[in-house]
Amino acid sequence: MSESPHIVKSFTQELDRLRDQLTEMGGLVENQVALATQAIVGLDPAVATQAVQQDKAVDLLERQIEAAVIRLLALRQPMASDLRTIVAGLKISAQLERIGDYAKNVAKRSIVLGQFTLPFTLTGLATMARLAQDNLRLVIDAVGENDPAKALQVWQSDQAIDDLYNSIFREFITYMMEDPRNITPCTHLLFIAKNIERIGDHATNIAETVYYAATGVALDDDRPKGTDAAAYAVVRPHGDG
Amino acid sequence: MSVTERDVGSMSQMQARSTAAIAAPRLAIRNLDFFYGTNKALKGINLDLPDKQVTGMIGPSGCGKSTLLRCLNRMYDLYPGQRAEGEVLMDGQNIISSDVDVNDLRSRVGMVFQKPTPFPMSIYDNIAFGVRLHEKLSRAAMDERVEWSLTRAALWTEVKDRLTGSAMGMSGGQQQRLCIARTIATRPEVILLDEPTSALDPISTLKVEELIDELKTEFTIAIVTHNMQQAARCADQVAFFYLGELIEVAPAAEMFTAPKQKKTQEYITGRFG
Repeated sequence: MSESPHIVKSFTQELDRLRDQLTEMGGLVENQVALATQAIVGLDPAVATQAVQQDKAVDLLERQIEAAVIRLLALRQPMASDLRTIVAGLKISAQLERIGDYAKNVAKRSIVLGQFTLPFTLTGLATMARLAQDNLRLVIDAVGENDPAKALQVWQSDQAIDDLYNSIFREFITYMMEDPRNITPCTHLLFIAKNIERIGDHATNIAETVYYAATGVALDDDRPKGTDAAAYAVVRPHGDG
Repeated sequence: MSVTERDVGSMSQMQARSTAAIAAPRLAIRNLDFFYGTNKALKGINLDLPDKQVTGMIGPSGCGKSTLLRCLNRMYDLYPGQRAEGEVLMDGQNIISSDVDVNDLRSRVGMVFQKPTPFPMSIYDNIAFGVRLHEKLSRAAMDERVEWSLTRAALWTEVKDRLTGSAMGMSGGQQQRLCIARTIATRPEVILLDEPTSALDPISTLKVEELIDELKTEFTIAIVTHNMQQAARCADQVAFFYLGELIEVAPAAEMFTAPKQKKTQEYITGRFG
């Protein structure tokens, strides 16, 4: 629904300001995830540190957005689309903050990984991280433009990330079985993969929130999902069991 | 109708409500048009007032919401040149038809106005006055009715020691609750509230809103208000009017979170152009 401006101009300005803060926070988090991805792929501790340090700015923005939302609710008593937009702002900022935390965690683990020589490549993980980044970028665009179509696109495309996660999970277990020296790096890699998968989930949650805020209609639970049986699979060495 | 009959009636209504989730309409408005002379102020209104629920009516000035309220107890009858066409059904009877006794109707459909309008007489007589027009009660029964009405209007404890004192000496909020007490004293089925708190301070307003919440256990209520938050707080269903038309009617939670019509959305978010 395209919105005409409020009769009270300062209300429109405050709503615009909230949206600006969200896209600013989204941009920071997007960058943080990009840095974290770069840190794993290149095993670059300097980049990793940058990703970790950026978390403070993200947290600060989250607190600012929370304050802005509480202020808007108290002083404007918003209704309908305004109410949905403002509550969405609070939810989206919380989701973005979580994504930032995951990126920070990935970056920290990449520093540990740097101490190991890996006898395998991280192509799958890099692809998964790229997909998560793509979704994150798209959903932040959806936030900035209040675009339900883009939100829907993100919501529908999380399955690819989940599928990759499931195959990576099996891959790392196999490496661990092949050589116990892989156990430490692969355990970190499993956490990294899980964190990226969670980043995808949070992007999906943001998409749902944007869609509801923009349309007033909640997306149902029938999101396209693949089977996650592989992630719960029991992998046994040959000749065992 | 005796008290006993009424009590039995309300008991069976309560039982009916517990079995049916959606209350049957107490008033059903069908294809209602209204004219001030040649000016058509209401255009084909269709709206149900569910039994023992609060219906909020909102919309900009001149949208017809007060006009609609005035149709529901034939208040417009007092003015020449004003007429309604269509149906307002109460127990299957069209109350805007000319063969309906208006005095009887107004005892069944009571009304409270924007400004408190106490009669220049004692608090007791303010309540008893309307009752005497419709019922012959003994002194004791009248005392009981006055106490019941004032208690239901959350005013009894404040005024029980000065019932013979003039109503004009009460505060604005008390006067408005007295008017509500006076309205319920004739034991109506429907109460119409036309911006009942617009002249009251916030605390008096909340007291009236709390009262509305309690009264809906017994009465069907329609409230016209310019205060959107008030409609959100008080009403079960909300109807939005614009230029004499009913644009949208929905449960309050739906109306104020995700209205279906663009016009409604613009009005309640303050984007009216």
